[in-house]
Amino acid sequence: MSASFTKSTARNIFYGGAVFFFLLFLALTLDTVQALPKRDNRANLTEQVARGKKLWEVNNCIGCHTLLGEGAYFAPELGNVYQRRGPEFIKAWIKAQPTGAPGRRQMPNFHLNDAELDDLVAFLKYSSEINTNNWPPNIEG
Amino acid sequence: MTSPVMATARSASASAAANDPLTNVQLKYRTQAVAKPYFVAAIGLFVGQIVFGLIMGLQYVIGDFLFPAIPFNVARMVHTNLLIVWLLFGFMGAGYYLIPEESERELHSPKLAILTFWVFLVAGALTIVGYLAVPYATLAQMTGNDLLPTMGREFLEQPTITKIGIVLVALSFLFNLSMTVLKGRKTSISMVMMLGLWGLAIFFLFSFYNPVNLVLDKYFWWWVVHLWVEGVWELIMGAMLAFVLVKVTGVDREIIEKWLYVVIAMTLISGIIGTGHHYFWIGAPAYWQVWGSVFSALEPIPFFMMTLFAFNVVNKRRREHPNKAAVLWALGTGVMAFLGAGVWGFLHTLAPVNYLTHGTQITAAHGHMAFYGAYAMVVMTMISYSMPLMRGREANSNAAQMVEMWSFWLMTIAMVLITLFLTAAGILQVWMQRMGDTPLSFMAGQDKIAFFYWLREASGVMFFIGLMLYIASFFIRGNERASA
Repeated sequence: MSASFTKSTARNIFYGGAVFFFLLFLALTLDTVQALPKRDNRANLTEQVARGKKLWEVNNCIGCHTLLGEGAYFAPELGNVYQRRGPEFIKAWIKAQPTGAPGRRQMPNFHLNDAELDDLVAFLKYSSEINTNNWPPNIEG
Repeated sequence: MTSPVMATARSASASAAANDPLTNVQLKYRTQAVAKPYFVAAIGLFVGQIVFGLIMGLQYVIGDFLFPAIPFNVARMVHTNLLIVWLLFGFMGAGYYLIPEESERELHSPKLAILTFWVFLVAGALTIVGYLAVPYATLAQMTGNDLLPTMGREFLEQPTITKIGIVLVALSFLFNLSMTVLKGRKTSISMVMMLGLWGLAIFFLFSFYNPVNLVLDKYFWWWVVHLWVEGVWELIMGAMLAFVLVKVTGVDREIIEKWLYVVIAMTLISGIIGTGHHYFWIGAPAYWQVWGSVFSALEPIPFFMMTLFAFNVVNKRRREHPNKAAVLWALGTGVMAFLGAGVWGFLHTLAPVNYLTHGTQITAAHGHMAFYGAYAMVVMTMISYSMPLMRGREANSNAAQMVEMWSFWLMTIAMVLITLFLTAAGILQVWMQRMGDTPLSFMAGQDKIAFFYWLREASGVMFFIGLMLYIASFFIRGNERASA
């Protein structure tokens, strides 16, 4: 780099750029937070959904599955599983695990009771109704 | 204080005899040695990470391997959490080593540094034992997750009490280093390092924010994950690399620090708004597709500059440092960070592409090479440079360095192969599952790409062999002197 471009110039670009773009990021975040009520399906955030989210978390579902594309890539996307499979199939599936089929990927049994299964399904239904800009591309997730 | 031996070794690269790396070299500041246990722990946890990686790789093709003893989700949590923790040990070791030398004074409190080390190691080990010993839901219950639920989110699976422990460890570490910097010389390298480390601690606080609203949860989850790895961690990486380059090349500090500022300026200019590439499909407004695509498309630039920086400075070197392995790691981390974070990141960062690739093996491919290239390698650069000094010599013997360089190539080539095979798997996955008129279900698609998962697993074994050689290199004495 040329000698006329000094270290203090570089330092000023760093501090100036970092501050400017962080403030811009905060402004965009503020706008996002204000826009979210129309997109994030918060009208349907019931107590049951909250319990379902907690079950989702304490059983570490994200350790195998993705939810809105984020998580592990070992098992199917669950952001649209409510539409793909429907509530009864989901509950029956969770209860039937593990399949024990030799050589196949296995899902543990989490010993959820019927009320808990309903909570989890409510959470998956709520998640599936978030406006994700039409992601995933198709029903297979 | 600089010992006479050290001064001779430093100034007289012209004289081969004086530059004997096996001479008894002393650290500039005695307290820098607290870095040693941190680096040893980092390498130990690294081994654990790779073992669990191999287990998961096998579970991808033999689904019931080790089930139900170690279900996939547990193995993955151990794999990713060990990665984070060993990198943190590496960053902390680097901080304890370089801050006293930059500040030209002893560490504020070496006792506190050692106490912090044991607290962090024990807390980390207990957490991993907890993951493996009891079901995750039981661990959540045992650790009082109900009081402040933060568990069960990717990479932030640690029990809430562990998270609080991490904050306390970070504060103790930052207090110790900040006191050292405040009382001593302030250099650009130490300022950037401290800014990165403080940023790491501050953004981690968002891990305690876990609203019921999934969109807000995800939105601010990225303030930990993205603003760490594509933000403040790059400052830490830049500072570590700059420190090692000053030492091994003898190039004027002014030039190196100018480069450092330019690189990290580009990092934050592109990377902060670049967070938007995670906001395409999680419920955030559609304008993030524009902001995220444009700014994250710039994110390869700082990594490319880092590569230019490393090669440029090494080419202009004013001394021949006997530690060739450290120079190799320094060059390698630039190249691999550019490929893994820069090129493989760019590959799927534009919104129309990401629409198809989001949450597939393409993401996994990028994640592997980026973490290895940027962070695993920069920690190994620092270890490679500083460990011999902490063991009383300027560089290891030729024989030891040869083994270390073999391990560099084995691990690096293995990681390139892992990335290529996962990329191939990812492209096929997208093609079969998301394109065309008759998309396959997730598992039907996975079955068809098992071949590439086998190749990935074989590459993982190669990586493990490289890692074993790396460890072996610490135990090779060798009589032959490394020639300058």
